[in-house]
Amino acid sequence: MSQAPVGQPVATPPWVLAVKWLLIALTLAACTYLAWLAVEGGSWLIVTVVAFLAMSVLVVYSTRRGITMKYLLPGLILLALFQVWPIAYTVATAFTNYGDGHSLSKEEAIEAIQAQSVRPAPDSARYGMSVAIPEGEEIATAELSFLLTRPAQEGATGEHVVDGQELFVGTLEGLEPLPVEGVTLRGNGTIGAAPGYRVLTLVEANERAQDVSAFAVPVDGDLGIKAATGTQAFVGRATTTYNPDADTMTTLEGTVYVARDGNFVPQDGQGPALPTGWTENVGLDNFSSIFTDSTLRNGFVKIFVWNLVFPLLSVGSTFLLGMLLALLFNDPRLRGKGIYRSLLILPYALPIFVTAIVWAAMFNQDFGMINEVTGLNIDWLGDPWAARAAVLITNLWLGFPYMFLICTGALQSIPTDVREAASVDGAGPFRTLWSVVMPLLLVAVGPLLVASFAFNFNNFGLIYLLTGGGPFDATNSQVGNTDLLITFAYRLALESGTPNIGLASAVSIIIFLLVGALSYVGFRQSKALEEVN
Amino acid sequence: MSQPTAAGVPGAVPAEVPGPAVGTVPDTGTVRVPPGQKPRTGVWWRHALAVLALVWALFPVLFILSAALNPAGTLNSASPVPTAFSFDNFSDLFASQTFPFWSWFRNSLVVAGLGTVFQVFIGAAAAFAFSRLRWRGRRPGLMALLLSQMFPALLAFPALYLMFLKIGDVLPAIGLNTLWGLLLVYLGGAMGANVWLLKGYFDTIPKELDEAAKMDGASHARIFFTMTLRLVAPILATVGILAFVALWGEFLLASIFLLDQERRTLGVGLYSLNLADRNKYFGMFCAGALIASLPPVVVYLTLQKQLIGGLTQGSVK
Repeated sequence: MSQAPVGQPVATPPWVLAVKWLLIALTLAACTYLAWLAVEGGSWLIVTVVAFLAMSVLVVYSTRRGITMKYLLPGLILLALFQVWPIAYTVATAFTNYGDGHSLSKEEAIEAIQAQSVRPAPDSARYGMSVAIPEGEEIATAELSFLLTRPAQEGATGEHVVDGQELFVGTLEGLEPLPVEGVTLRGNGTIGAAPGYRVLTLVEANERAQDVSAFAVPVDGDLGIKAATGTQAFVGRATTTYNPDADTMTTLEGTVYVARDGNFVPQDGQGPALPTGWTENVGLDNFSSIFTDSTLRNGFVKIFVWNLVFPLLSVGSTFLLGMLLALLFNDPRLRGKGIYRSLLILPYALPIFVTAIVWAAMFNQDFGMINEVTGLNIDWLGDPWAARAAVLITNLWLGFPYMFLICTGALQSIPTDVREAASVDGAGPFRTLWSVVMPLLLVAVGPLLVASFAFNFNNFGLIYLLTGGGPFDATNSQVGNTDLLITFAYRLALESGTPNIGLASAVSIIIFLLVGALSYVGFRQSKALEEVN
Repeated sequence: MSQPTAAGVPGAVPAEVPGPAVGTVPDTGTVRVPPGQKPRTGVWWRHALAVLALVWALFPVLFILSAALNPAGTLNSASPVPTAFSFDNFSDLFASQTFPFWSWFRNSLVVAGLGTVFQVFIGAAAAFAFSRLRWRGRRPGLMALLLSQMFPALLAFPALYLMFLKIGDVLPAIGLNTLWGLLLVYLGGAMGANVWLLKGYFDTIPKELDEAAKMDGASHARIFFTMTLRLVAPILATVGILAFVALWGEFLLASIFLLDQERRTLGVGLYSLNLADRNKYFGMFCAGALIASLPPVVVYLTLQKQLIGGLTQGSVK
């Protein structure tokens, strides 16, 4: 009556444990490094996130408990950081005026306004200037410093003086003397080379022209050293000053600017606001401007209608063509179906950035293939209705293979006896198709049609690459005739002359709400949820 | 991301799609012929319509080919069918300094390749937890994951742009204008993408196998890595194909992230080529487009059987 011996327990090989602990150690080391970089950069949010990350990795993987978490943690972290957080952030941004000229905090904006207003102080000293970056770093991203020279006092010597020039290095932290060792001077008295620095040529420095002109080396009080020309710097004084008690800005001429709606505007209401504004909470302004601003509202209604019509017609047309083809091929006597199917799948396999651009070329009015072959002379991408037709034709071509594939699958799953029963009852082929096959087919592919609708609802690639949302009416350069909400939001955020990310986020939220409503309907239709066990 | 997939919808395709060898499927055609009636003769009209469908499906492909081989290389000289034959457009493209085609190609391979590997692994680990382990919150967790798929990260692009602008100030290696930042965003949805498909397939592997292994003293990690992952290889292949093709064609986020020519992927790079001069560079664009299309086309054509088989098996429990 003895129990059958249980097989030799499978021991974990030592190398597996070694790899496991090595991975944990590497992750912690990487986190430490990231945290250190974040501390250097002064971002406490990133420090917190990284610390939390390191803690959770240690807790989850170094103990034996919580097996489930071991499998979910990497995915969960990525999900939380790069999908959930951006969506929450979008929601938060939608209630701000974030955008061109409103991208700084108020403190930063005040500092920037003051720095921009720096002018040479009376009798200010001039410096010879070279722009430099730390050796070995990339010009585009490295931190700048100014290597400065100033004629030394008569007879002065010391480790910071060479050839009658006193040497300094100016950074955002301030001005420091520069040891002469290894430094070479140019003919005009500026520094040509210094150890540890890469001195930029005028052409190289020009790449960072904006940064150079904004760069100010703080010295005593409101004085700052700023670039005057490519080789000269001056000591200047901010001509616009901030008064924290009244929350106003005052210029040298005595004009007073008050804070209003994310900008400093003249107190007397005369003249333009100061150029740099800041981000602030604007409540529901973005949403209300969509519905009250007349150009925006009219455009929005147009986009909204097209955003519903386009996916509806697309799903309808691709499904119809795909189903007809599937019916056509649903005949065992037809030979070569494998080859037909492989070729028919091609439009679906090509990347959208190829197909959409090629179709745009084919729709070209003057030398596009469509007009050439059909003998028409339609301005496909310039006329609003023709452009909408072009979008639908292109998407029909792109989408029918998918519908063809799923319909083929669904047709084959319909039992033969159902059809036989229909024909026994005297139904002709078309009656069988209409009353028996079609309903069964629709039940089978229904959820996929909903998914296809949801996909085309946000089909950014097709619209952006084919028409760019255009053509645009002469009266409204913001809203194109084939724009979807997502291409509209993209233009608002990144491409218009004055990017308005706050407004774009508000449009994104409207997309969220619509997608949420659609998927709610989709979920209810689909029985899939009941299958979770 | 670039194509709708069955994966987006729970319980998709409750059907069987046979591979190319369709000759073996049940004889469904004969039922169209009521008893006593003469069978319809011939299938020539089906072939005729099929050829018509092929013309519709293939003429743009032929156009790309003819434009790519056209020695003049401009849009206004392009013709629907090849009239001349030359590889000038290809050599021009490869020699171009302004448009570093092979850098784009390499970037696309890196992003789509690594993205696929991580996405499949993260998805498989999550599916293992949902299918094999019993824990509180499993059902709501699965629901939440499905819901998250309705709001892909690309809808939050304004926030992603701001977020990575700020991250770049502190951690330049993963900020805007880096492949790594883009890859991280792509992986944000890795756990939810295809989780339904994966879980469905995991559920078909008998639990007795796990229990037997446990009796032998195997740890959960050993079961997962050495047993389960092997048994579910077909669905991993399917999910891998879907992920690769979607990442290869992704355009919106790549266009926001990748600003320098050298760092662009094929989609953004070829778009910039087309934008620079639609007419002059059209031949070069088509040459690049042909090469850019090869990986997904090859993947689709060689693996279509696995793809369709995996899609159907995963949803039918």
